[in-house]
Amino acid sequence: MALLEFQNVSKVYNNVTKALQDVTFSIEEGEFVSIIGPSGAGKSTLMRCANRLVDASQGAIFFDGQDVTKMGKKDLRKVRTKTGMIFQHYNLVERLSVVENVLHGLLGKKSTLSGMIGQYTEAEKAEAFRIIQEMGLTEQAYKRCDELSGGQKQRVGIARAIMQKPRLILCDEPIASLDPKSSKVIMDHLKQINREKKITCLVNLHQVDVAIRYSERIIGVAGGRIVYDGPSGQLTEAIIHEIYQSGAHDLIMDKLG
Amino acid sequence: MEKTTDIFRRRKLTYTAVFLIFLTIFAGTSLITEFSLADGAASFPAAAAWIAENLIPDQEAMERLPRILERLLETALLSVAVTVVAAVCAFFFSLLGSNIPHIHGLVKRLVRIVAAFFRNVPDVVWAMLLMFSFGQNILTGFFALFFTTFGLLTRAFIETVDEVSASCVEALEATGANFIELVFQGIIPSALSGITTWVLYMIETNIRSSTLIGMLTATGIGYLFDLYYKRLDFSSASLVILSIVVLVLVIETASNRIRKVVLS
Repeated sequence: MALLEFQNVSKVYNNVTKALQDVTFSIEEGEFVSIIGPSGAGKSTLMRCANRLVDASQGAIFFDGQDVTKMGKKDLRKVRTKTGMIFQHYNLVERLSVVENVLHGLLGKKSTLSGMIGQYTEAEKAEAFRIIQEMGLTEQAYKRCDELSGGQKQRVGIARAIMQKPRLILCDEPIASLDPKSSKVIMDHLKQINREKKITCLVNLHQVDVAIRYSERIIGVAGGRIVYDGPSGQLTEAIIHEIYQSGAHDLIMDKLG
Repeated sequence: MEKTTDIFRRRKLTYTAVFLIFLTIFAGTSLITEFSLADGAASFPAAAAWIAENLIPDQEAMERLPRILERLLETALLSVAVTVVAAVCAFFFSLLGSNIPHIHGLVKRLVRIVAAFFRNVPDVVWAMLLMFSFGQNILTGFFALFFTTFGLLTRAFIETVDEVSASCVEALEATGANFIELVFQGIIPSALSGITTWVLYMIETNIRSSTLIGMLTATGIGYLFDLYYKRLDFSSASLVILSIVVLVLVIETASNRIRKVVLS
């Protein structure tokens, strides 16, 4: 059974803007899938429909066999605890320390009171420090997040997601604000999580070459529709131009590696 | 080339025109109100002499200093208490008016209207209105200050919350956090420095306003000032003013220090 399945999903903003149109795909457990497409194609909306940060207008979305679109608050909370999310702008609570931000990954499972005052068990704290070490952030563990570099912030973002012990991680342009070196570190971490922890990864990317290098499967989105869904090896230049609605030589990476 | 010189010339012309317009407005309004700059300037020496004679605190006034300081402390503490209580209420109220999720658009608009109402009625007017219900009482002053502070801080906190929460709210929602966890783990830590700045500013403002309100409600330092002023005991009245100025300066310095610690 597929872990995540979109069936004819559409999303219309303010009754006018069609962000997604009749999107259907499914992702098996353990896959590493990249979504590519021009800005405004609906990549972010698609991702946010999966954990209902955005409500789909039509269609059904199944996570582990349950329809997310028809869920009540309680069940939705459960789905969200099993779904980590990583953002382009990191979306950390900048004024809190690294370890506090990592522990935020547990909020979905906490009772309201202990979540509110930020009370965590010793075992949970030890787990947080273990993940921080895995991300190579031990020295920064007590630093406030606004003191960190972009690459370090994104590693905190990943640590927060791992803390959830998720089955799926949604990455919304995780490297769009990073330099090439930090980008590689982040992508390597994601790949490693996918391989070693068997966490399914769905990644929005702007860099086609990165998508081809890191993922087995690529979904191309243009104008709110899926125009390509297949192995990254079969992605030809013609298809890339179709996704980006560009002519030959209009793209910086016209020569594929 | 010709075009650039044209731009410079136009700018010069604009400045000259603006200057002339201001001059005309000043001359015109002076003429209408029969205000004469020369007469005003000429009365300065006499005014200065009067101030030197009457407004310098004398020996008699200094004997009243302990009493003045006692009332001053009372007023200052009341202002702090009002501001803190109003800030706590305003924060939770402002959450309902901010753009964070789970809040209905109608509630949002209602909160903003209520805040605007409390804010736009001046505290002195509140004091005059409340005097009918509470009488000349310290409670009148308390509520008058509370209402305006509450209104103003609600508006300010809505801005602060909206500014800081956009990013972290989404992330915490994605982890499955509920509304209360969102507020206490995301919004409060992010907004704390902004909130502190506003609260400190309001404490300063409220010490000044409470003097004025005290004159109406016959409480605190305002009452003393009113008393001395009406007795034509100007040197004591000016000592009251000086002590208020000193207190406000002290509070300002202290709050600058606090702000530095909180912001760093």
